[in-house]
Amino acid sequence: MTDTTATGRQLPDRLDNPVKSAVLSWESLLVLVALAIFIANSFASPYFLNEWSLSDMTFNFTEKALIALAMALVIITGEIDLSVASIIALASTMMGLALQYGADTPTLVAVGVGVGILCGAFNGALITGLKLPSIVVTIGTMSLFRGIAYIVLGDQSFRGYPASFSWFGQGYVFWVISFELVLFLLAAVIFYVVLHHTNFGRRVFAIGNNATAARFSGVRVDRIKFILFCLTGLMSGLAAVLLTARLGSTRPSIAQGFELEVVTMVVLGGVSILGGSGSILGVVLAALIMGLVTFGLGLLNIPGIVMSIFIGALLIVVIALPILFRMWRQRRA
Amino acid sequence: MNRLLKSRELWLAVGIVAVVGLVTLRFPRFSQPGNLLTIFNDTSILMMLALGQMAVILTRSIDLSMASNLALTGMIVAMINAAMPGVPIPLLIAGAVLAGAALGAFNGILVWKLDIPPIVVTLGTLTIFRGLVFVISGGAWVNAAQMSQEFIQLQRGSFLGLPILSWFAIVVAGLVYLLMTRTPQGRAFYAIGVNPTAAVYTGIDVGRTKFLAFVLAGAISGLCGYLWISRYVIASVEVAGGYELTIIAACVIGGVSIAGGIGTVAGALLGALFLGVVNNALPVIGVSPFWQMAISGTAILVAVVLNGRSEKSKGRIILKKAEAGA
Repeated sequence: MTDTTATGRQLPDRLDNPVKSAVLSWESLLVLVALAIFIANSFASPYFLNEWSLSDMTFNFTEKALIALAMALVIITGEIDLSVASIIALASTMMGLALQYGADTPTLVAVGVGVGILCGAFNGALITGLKLPSIVVTIGTMSLFRGIAYIVLGDQSFRGYPASFSWFGQGYVFWVISFELVLFLLAAVIFYVVLHHTNFGRRVFAIGNNATAARFSGVRVDRIKFILFCLTGLMSGLAAVLLTARLGSTRPSIAQGFELEVVTMVVLGGVSILGGSGSILGVVLAALIMGLVTFGLGLLNIPGIVMSIFIGALLIVVIALPILFRMWRQRRA
Repeated sequence: MNRLLKSRELWLAVGIVAVVGLVTLRFPRFSQPGNLLTIFNDTSILMMLALGQMAVILTRSIDLSMASNLALTGMIVAMINAAMPGVPIPLLIAGAVLAGAALGAFNGILVWKLDIPPIVVTLGTLTIFRGLVFVISGGAWVNAAQMSQEFIQLQRGSFLGLPILSWFAIVVAGLVYLLMTRTPQGRAFYAIGVNPTAAVYTGIDVGRTKFLAFVLAGAISGLCGYLWISRYVIASVEVAGGYELTIIAACVIGGVSIAGGIGTVAGALLGALFLGVVNNALPVIGVSPFWQMAISGTAILVAVVLNGRSEKSKGRIILKKAEAGA
């Protein structure tokens, strides 16, 4: 899945105007798209512009977006993790199992997050230790993790989570601001600082642009990739806590198909699937857009499966438009 | 290299025989010819799909939309059959192949002309195609009572002792084998997987070759769309949900390298057959079907570890020395 056309790079004789490049950036395009959808939603449904409606809207994306933050880093290094939804299923199942043995709320959260980290470490060890392609490994662990959930649960489900646990998925910190939203915003700020303002973040980009060159300049490529897979596992574990608390029950089919939505979010956010570029701001905006689209269509009574057409088309169109625009400009020049 | 490739398929065949042998020790009837033919017939659809996926993976691409393509074309032919039972079935099958190929061509055009990474394109069309199943059917099912008898019975007929469905798989496998080993197009699939830059210099159009791989995968998905619907006699939105990963699993187990350029028809067939044998053996030995998923996951991981060992290119010596010194 690599580029084959080796085109020479043209060296500019001056730097781009920062204002101009900010206006023309991917993020500003996303802001425009988000605004357009927001306005369209307000006209389409009288129930949309209401603080509780908007608060409900955030539940559409917070869990997936938490994972998307970590997934963005993984994809920037040129890898991918398709097992995230299955990690949610396994972590949720283990929390349910712990509940059967009388675990209290702090233990439940620890189990969920712990299982997430372990699953991520398992992925990371196979990928960096044995030098295997991440896409195949995580397709395998995707079956394995959810498979274990099926072995434990079969066609049964765990329910009866304590009220103090449900707060993580259903509670509000302040007015209409849910705990999930606060956690997501906090995580987004942390990921923003880590990716864009630390050495670690620079190394993540370095690996994605040229892993060999990064190794020669002293970046511990394997260690960083391992950490990133653990991080994705951790975020999936957190998402499992939130989702389980919100739904109040665990089935082995929980979070089915999340992995593709998370990857869609990341790619829509302007992270190159080939690695090497992307921003956290873009991912956050893409999460917001996907939340707005699904919620707006939901208010119009459009079934979920039809919404997925919009999401799929959005993914392709948003990627294709800049390419078409570039081709059109080249043809004119 | 050739001997290595041969041995990989050999080991997979040994693995399949071992599974069959172990189950037979406890349940002698498992390896009776009749049951083995049933397993082969049950796996026919997966084998065909794995061959289509292999062509795509060989070119360093991936097609995540095959199962959705199958569901969509299946729904289209089922609805045509329900509305117009008079349309002859061979014509309907040709239509399914064409419709599937058209959906595959849509993927291929985006990859070829716009140079969008295949995983992004097919991630999008995965949801779009399945959503379209809902749109055209309005969420309703097409069930056995609405389908014509010929539609249901065609693949259940038998020819030389084998069900027609098995013959479909054999013919498709034969055609793909000829394509891969006896035609310049087949060599091109391998060439751009092994070294795209070198392939360009030998005059191969990389984009066009990828496009053709997607069309092939789409056409096979379309054919399997008809076969799946007429076999399980129900067309709904959920048909083959999540099956795209089973198809890729069959390829990976069969030794098709996700990095492109490596893979054989025999390998992909055996990979699919391995999954088929395991799925058939589980109920026989009294293991709950809920174990299926974890077992195929483990099989993928074992296969990729084994394949990775033989494919691994030599690392850079200078870095190894530096690491040893550190």
